[in-house]
Amino acid sequence: MTPAIEVRAVEKRYGSFTALDGVSLSVAQGEFFALLGPNGAGKTTLISALAGLVRINAGSLAVMGHDVGSDYRAARRALGIVPQEIVFDPFFSVRETLRFQAGYFGIRRDRALDDWIDHLLQKLALTDKADANMRQLSGGMKRRVLVAQALVHKPPVIVLDEPTAGVDVELRQTLWSFVRELNAEGHTILLTTHYLEEAQQLCTRIAMLKQGRIVAMDTTDHLLNAFSERVLRVKLAAELPAGLAELRIKQSGAWHHFAIHAYQDVEDLLARLRQGGAEITNLEVTEPDLEEVFVKVMNK
Amino acid sequence: MNMGFQTLLRKEVLRFWKVAFQTVAAPVLTAILYLLIFAHVMSGSTAAFPGVTYQQFLIPGLAMMTMLQNAFANTSSSLIQSKITGNILFILLPPLTHWDYYGAYLIAAIIRALMVGLGVFLVGLAMAHVPIHSVTAILLFALIGSAMLAALGIIAGLWADKFDQMAAFQNFLIMPATFLSGVFYSIQSLPPFWQAVSHLNPFFYLIDGFRYGFFGKSDVAIEISLAVTTFSFLCLSWVTLSLLKSGYKLRQ
Repeated sequence: MTPAIEVRAVEKRYGSFTALDGVSLSVAQGEFFALLGPNGAGKTTLISALAGLVRINAGSLAVMGHDVGSDYRAARRALGIVPQEIVFDPFFSVRETLRFQAGYFGIRRDRALDDWIDHLLQKLALTDKADANMRQLSGGMKRRVLVAQALVHKPPVIVLDEPTAGVDVELRQTLWSFVRELNAEGHTILLTTHYLEEAQQLCTRIAMLKQGRIVAMDTTDHLLNAFSERVLRVKLAAELPAGLAELRIKQSGAWHHFAIHAYQDVEDLLARLRQGGAEITNLEVTEPDLEEVFVKVMNK
Repeated sequence: MNMGFQTLLRKEVLRFWKVAFQTVAAPVLTAILYLLIFAHVMSGSTAAFPGVTYQQFLIPGLAMMTMLQNAFANTSSSLIQSKITGNILFILLPPLTHWDYYGAYLIAAIIRALMVGLGVFLVGLAMAHVPIHSVTAILLFALIGSAMLAALGIIAGLWADKFDQMAAFQNFLIMPATFLSGVFYSIQSLPPFWQAVSHLNPFFYLIDGFRYGFFGKSDVAIEISLAVTTFSFLCLSWVTLSLLKSGYKLRQ
């Protein structure tokens, strides 16, 4: 099957600064893919190159098999982008904004379009703001209009560039629930975010960018297993019994951390602590998390 | 006609129409004030053409000058505002071609210019009788003039990165060129040197050709005015289309 997004050896330079240094990746149709990296890693440059906003110095990019340079019209029709910055046209209402955006993509204004716009507004909790001028909306609402604008032409590939920055928890849940629905319907999602727990929960595959290069790319599960681990944390009333110190991976105050690979390990460790006479005052098991993976990968 | 172009055109027309007091009514009022003041101050002066009063002479020139300034303002302000606020993104992401951008911006500016020009002419008619010699010449020069300045506005809008640069373009190039194009006087009244300088100003040919449509009289032959203005328009269009196609200051 044609990949939804195909990036091959892409290079982008601004003078002496290299923003993208031979980036290659492929996102399959229907995938929920995360592109992570610190500020300035090249995430937005890569997205801009996909959208045709940035001209690359070398390599190639394609959306649903359409080259973004030579077949830009088909590539852009297949792509819906939610930009990082909140931008809006102060002359128009929410509904007008969406109608114009659909028209730019060649969609005629008719009943079907209005129904789709109503559906988007309802899904994004904007129905009561349909006829409000864009200037009257809060930052979070404007961001949701940007999401609706990206979806109004029903693109098979949706790129979300930090879509939840500045959005409150409830609206964030609304947005993710809708994006999950879209993904379940077959839309490919490419997400960049600094909220790593969101990427961990939503994405099946992750690429990490650092200084314009991909430094890690794998399924979320593989990355978590390779760079992070499940940890048993126990708080003891006194010192750790002798013979267990070599199993400990970290200590912070009265808390002692032990790596566990299976839940059977928890039972074994607790048994050894009891046998050693330790009094446990608190305990918890923490799951592998992407933040740890991210820090380790970036510091490699 | 493709849907993307139609939508962008509709958006550009609505953009100025939603603030019509500022974009249509205000320029008409300004032109009328010029007409009242200059017609009063110059009431005793010699007519530019035999049988044409100064007030009559002034009306077509003012209408054309207002059209030119508003055609330029429409495209340039739309682009610079979109670039600075960032909403230019909305038209850069869709599959629009450079012809779509060019056509939509140009036609919207022409519509605004014609509305403003018609407004000045109609109010002027209430103050003085203005004959009509050739409707074709009037429409032709109105269209070429508006299109020329609309194209120039696109170039300025693409080039300028801030409002200050745009104001410099408008105040140091467009305003002097339109004011010194024979709106308020016939260039026959100028010394030979300034007459020669005026002939280097393409706006002069627009005003002169447009005025010919009313009085059947002009400072230079109508064919020359038509040739100079058409050539200028084609050159500006070529530059505009090249800039749009290359993504100049739009796509990095």
